[in-house]
Amino acid sequence: MGKRDKLSGNEAVAIAMRQINPGVVAAFPITPSTEVPQYFASFVNDGLVDTEFIPVESEHSAMSASIAASAAGVRTMTATSSNGLSYMYEMLYIASMSRTPVILNCVNRTVSGPLNIHCDHGDSMGARDSGWIQVYSETNQEAYDNLIIGTKVAEDPSVMLPFMNCYDGFITSHSVENIELIDDSDVKKFVGEYEPAHALLKNTCAFGPFDSQLYYYEHKRHQAEGMKNAKAAIIKYSKEFEKITGRKYNLFEEYKLDDAEIALVIIGSSAGTAKFVANRLRDKGIKAGVLKIRAFRPFPFDEIGAVLKNLKAIAVMDKCTSLNDAGGPLFLEVRSALFDQPLHPHTVNYLYGLGGRDVKAGDLESVYMDLIKIIETGETGNVHRYLGLVE
Amino acid sequence: MSNMLEIRWHGRGGQGAKTASLLLAEAAFDTGKYIQGFPEYGPERMGAPITAYNRISDDVITIHSNIYEPDYVVVVDETLIDVVDVAAGAKDTGAIIINSEKEPTDFADKIPNYKGKIYTIDAKKISLETLGRYFPNTPMLGAVVKISGVMPEDTFVEAMEKSFNHKFKTKPTVIAPNMEAVKRALKEVKG
Amino acid sequence: MAVDKEKWIVDPLTPWQETTPGGLIPTGGNAKYYITGGWRANHPVFDTEKCKDCRLCFPVCPDSSILIDKETNKMSGIDYEHCKGCGICANTCPFGALTMEEGGQP
Repeated sequence: MGKRDKLSGNEAVAIAMRQINPGVVAAFPITPSTEVPQYFASFVNDGLVDTEFIPVESEHSAMSASIAASAAGVRTMTATSSNGLSYMYEMLYIASMSRTPVILNCVNRTVSGPLNIHCDHGDSMGARDSGWIQVYSETNQEAYDNLIIGTKVAEDPSVMLPFMNCYDGFITSHSVENIELIDDSDVKKFVGEYEPAHALLKNTCAFGPFDSQLYYYEHKRHQAEGMKNAKAAIIKYSKEFEKITGRKYNLFEEYKLDDAEIALVIIGSSAGTAKFVANRLRDKGIKAGVLKIRAFRPFPFDEIGAVLKNLKAIAVMDKCTSLNDAGGPLFLEVRSALFDQPLHPHTVNYLYGLGGRDVKAGDLESVYMDLIKIIETGETGNVHRYLGLVE
Repeated sequence: MSNMLEIRWHGRGGQGAKTASLLLAEAAFDTGKYIQGFPEYGPERMGAPITAYNRISDDVITIHSNIYEPDYVVVVDETLIDVVDVAAGAKDTGAIIINSEKEPTDFADKIPNYKGKIYTIDAKKISLETLGRYFPNTPMLGAVVKISGVMPEDTFVEAMEKSFNHKFKTKPTVIAPNMEAVKRALKEVKG
Repeated sequence: MAVDKEKWIVDPLTPWQETTPGGLIPTGGNAKYYITGGWRANHPVFDTEKCKDCRLCFPVCPDSSILIDKETNKMSGIDYEHCKGCGICANTCPFGALTMEEGGQP
């Protein structure tokens, strides 16, 4: 049985790493992810894991070392945030193309500049097309659970892609909340041993060869298939996880969507605040719901379209600015997913919570109120909106 | 979630307001509650005003934002009252608890728009007399438990003892003075 | 358009389903099946009489095309299947035992 505890998100993730006991952890500190390798290094020091801990000199090296260790055939993990992820960029693509299932805990923080250490999703959203699986968490419980599930998803033979475990900097990483930890032995049993078909220390093979015009495209298509298969793998391992914990996960969470007329599509910790607000509105007879994204990569394109098509008005919430005069990444994909559906609800985009701007219950309530107004007038109005901006 | 209690802490960097909020979360957790304990991270340094928060509830807490309408406000450093609007949004049904040797009535003029109750506790005196050093957060913790009634006093005392036993495993001599500080705080808060 | 799974030679324009993930090469030493000898414009000629078996040619050859006889453990000639005719060996040999001659084939 699990153990009830109170932990910060970073503590919880470090504990999951201890329970998984990866072969190699290579990391470089950056706020707010620093505590993850910090706590983990103490586990190494105390002999609680037999991980080779590599305190590298940069994030670029952290990812390089991780790719090499994973190619060698061991489970490999790291953590970073913000500009640290930016500095890994070159190697993010190498990791996914080499099909090395490296696990990266991305503690979401905006990317400078202006210089800011607080949460938004600009760092991981920038890497959304780098070939990494991306799963986002609302709570420290989810950050802990998703790391354990994600390890299996990444290593599934039909997938073999790196996994980014994303959770909100400070809001999740540094806040202490209730959590239920799984027994060490159950985690160990769930993740099992990492047994790749090919590994440098297992059989003679070569990773990352030069790929000419005659091969590259086919290898990219092969990689795309891995990402496609990740969808089924996320569902499969989430179901297996539910059997040992009772905690239910899917590609996304449908919160009171069954009969909802208005909904927010939202990622991360603010999804919890949205649920709080939806409940308050339901008490007043307003049919409000929330669609919380869990897997952003692979993107549940058809599934989201099918779930949202019967609503009357939707607000897609982007905690990340694309500076493209077209809308945030979540908005563009959600609205595109609705295009093939027979019904097209009014869909608007809100930019919110940038650089750690606090997202209040009242802010999200005002979005629901805007949606009600859209239904009443029948006019979508301005599609690109700013929430909580001083103007 | 009508039974959710929200507490806002005002302190200065280095005084332990963040630690106090985490200790309160821990004590409430030990009584079976759902808890949140988090600071508002800013460019804080020693002495800069900082804010920390607690939510304590019988039900799962899903809201993830700072606290704007706290039931209770804890002021770890009374000089902050001149620089920070400690009563901002504070509910009239709750209270503000100030670390001061003064009487609660002495603060009526300084926080004129607040209609709830004001309490004071001389955490400095308690801390110096029990611990021999100025660590206001332990007495403040006792005061907020006493005033808010968030948990029974004896449950709180037990939880603190457990926590200190764990935290000071290597320096057991400081456990008793800390417990003394907690118990005196429960008695000496004025309002 | 096929994959030789013994030598792990993947032909150009092989359907993606039959390629390996990330272009992984699941074997070692299969570069020898790739014949680069046809790239030569000039070819080296080896004179056993002049060779003192100093083997300075061996480490400088970029294509591992200096052959060593396994039994005598002596320099025994050129691997013309893989030699690209760069001439570095001829330039390095202190005894004139390797010289370049015109034409790709010996």
